[in-house]
Amino acid sequence: MNEMTHNPQAADPVQPVTHPKMQARGVNVFYGDKRAIKDVSIDVDMDNVVAFIGPSGCGKSTFLRTLNRMNDTIPIARVEGEITLDGEDIYSRDMDVVQLRARVGMVFQKPNPFPKSIFENVAYGPRIHGLAGSKTDLEAIVERSLKRAGLWDEVKDRLHDSGTALSGGQQQRLCIARAIAVDPEVILMDEPCSALDPIATAKIEELIHELRGKYAIVIVTHNMQQAARVSQKTAFFHLGHLVEYGDTSEIFTNPRQERTKDYITGRYG
Amino acid sequence: MSESLVPELPTGPKEPASRAPTDWKTDVMQKRIRARYAKERRFRMWGLAAVVGSAGFLAFLLVTMLWQGIGGFQRAEVALPIDFPALALEVTPDQLDDAGADLALASAGLQEQVTVAAIAAFGEDGANYISDSAWIAVRSAIKSDPSILGKRVSINVPASSRIALAAKGDGNDPDATRAAAQLKANGVLSNGFNIDFLIGSDATDPTAVGIWGALKGSLLTMLITLLIAFPIGVFSAIYLEEYAPKNRWTDLIEVSINNLAAVPSIIFGLLGLAVFLSFMNLPRSAPLVGGMTLALMIMPVIVIAGRNAIKAVPPSIRDAALGIGASRIQVVFHHVLPLALPGILTGTIIGMARALGETAPLLMIGMRAFIATPPGGVFDPATVLPVQIFLWSDQVSRGFVEKTSAAIIVLLVFLLAMNAVAIYLRNRFETRW
Repeated sequence: MNEMTHNPQAADPVQPVTHPKMQARGVNVFYGDKRAIKDVSIDVDMDNVVAFIGPSGCGKSTFLRTLNRMNDTIPIARVEGEITLDGEDIYSRDMDVVQLRARVGMVFQKPNPFPKSIFENVAYGPRIHGLAGSKTDLEAIVERSLKRAGLWDEVKDRLHDSGTALSGGQQQRLCIARAIAVDPEVILMDEPCSALDPIATAKIEELIHELRGKYAIVIVTHNMQQAARVSQKTAFFHLGHLVEYGDTSEIFTNPRQERTKDYITGRYG
Repeated sequence: MSESLVPELPTGPKEPASRAPTDWKTDVMQKRIRARYAKERRFRMWGLAAVVGSAGFLAFLLVTMLWQGIGGFQRAEVALPIDFPALALEVTPDQLDDAGADLALASAGLQEQVTVAAIAAFGEDGANYISDSAWIAVRSAIKSDPSILGKRVSINVPASSRIALAAKGDGNDPDATRAAAQLKANGVLSNGFNIDFLIGSDATDPTAVGIWGALKGSLLTMLITLLIAFPIGVFSAIYLEEYAPKNRWTDLIEVSINNLAAVPSIIFGLLGLAVFLSFMNLPRSAPLVGGMTLALMIMPVIVIAGRNAIKAVPPSIRDAALGIGASRIQVVFHHVLPLALPGILTGTIIGMARALGETAPLLMIGMRAFIATPPGGVFDPATVLPVQIFLWSDQVSRGFVEKTSAAIIVLLVFLLAMNAVAIYLRNRFETRW
């Protein structure tokens, strides 16, 4: 790696999106003394699915979790810099973390439905946020969310069966339905297909296509083919740096940075 | 746009390794396999032996207890013929209707008259054949049917301790053995179910003792223990696991709790004596104080079990709930606690079982007194089952031997019932994954 390719981020770098939903500026994340994220600035908008790629341990999941403050649950984690949602600083004192996480939903690597019925899984979020006025309302929300997640036809006759009895792919779509049910603005997906078989993966990818435009979607993935398939913008992380951020088609065909090229051609990773 | 740079994943078999094929049939291999099987068989045998051994000991314990204790639930009864018209008790039928019946019969000299009847029936020594409390059986008979006062009837009254022992084949007292044999020959000696053992309390005469006082004392004490130890233990576990920062102070607290769980129980008795009795001036021998002392003792057990159960809840469930905007307390009460409850209940069962069998700390706070009436509430003097067993096992009179065994049976049944309830609750809350 020579000096040429290692160019530090500018103060306000050029972003490939024009109407940002979320903006991160100069974000640093520390685990104790270790600096896991180094001066990352990135914009996310509603029209494009953004994929975070990079080798294991490069900080892409860590950065994703700063976007809805899930890192707050780790006592030694500390975030510096500014992250805004619609211009509001999400780390400010006025921002309620509970509301933030409802607005910026998250889907995890391993499907993690609650050990409750399918209906209860989806209804839990609206219920704790008081989004449904009546039982009929709640049922409508559950139905709409499951339909959006493409799961309704498969589970409509067994809404009261346990959510954990579903297959892995169905569980993951249930988790997406659960996130959708609280009507978020942004959905963060942390390697949502890494525990799924190719058919279930294809279904999730199709779902991501359908959700694009309704929500700002950020997806972390290890699978570069997947990044190429589902995203319009790609960000490449390496050793805590955001090395390159641009159109997915550009990144995969004509990367500006030597490191990006090395990674996507399989030179390391 | 040019071609994607992403290479296709490699496919097809790798070059085979150039190594000689392993011969799995050589003598060395065969020997290793045989040794492995032998090892496995040996291990299985040891395991089976351990299980059979402990089951055997348990069966031996239960059979001996039942064998010796079953007699405690029975009593030798003597059919005592009483000629009421001849005794001429000075009571009128309307005196027997109201609550004053006991007093009226006692002041009419029923106790002496029953002795007189026994002497009349069985000769000079007759008064020694029946229990000192025999007249109470007669009194009950009169109260349930006052019309017998005008008749000559035969009433089953408890035999004296000497006769009862002799009837069971204890040959230490030749006179009693002879008398018992004669009574048996006359067909007046029989065995009846001793209901007084289940509804009575401690007494000096082994034929008159009952377990209800101690049982009720144990019930009240356990109730207090559960009400104090369970909520405090569970909330401490939740706080330490979910909220407390991890620093030197919480480390210190964790070590202290682990040490407290191993502190000998009598130390907790001394603590209860010093704090609850001397400092707070709570009543001596009361289930309240006993329960509080035992609660102190089992709280560390519940905290440790609770923390382990909470730790065992998969973090993905917490993430899932936090990820859709549940607050910390919602995560704990909607998701973590229900999943941890079976484990917490297991810890509570262990703690409560230990508390139920505990004697030493209760001796320190005065629950070893002779208490002849069941406690009316948690402030009344009481004793508990293990202490009662301890007290009876210390008695000189041989009649207490089978009462002690019977009390042990009651204690074991109580323990099993308590555990059965806890296991039922645990299975109800258990979540299927």
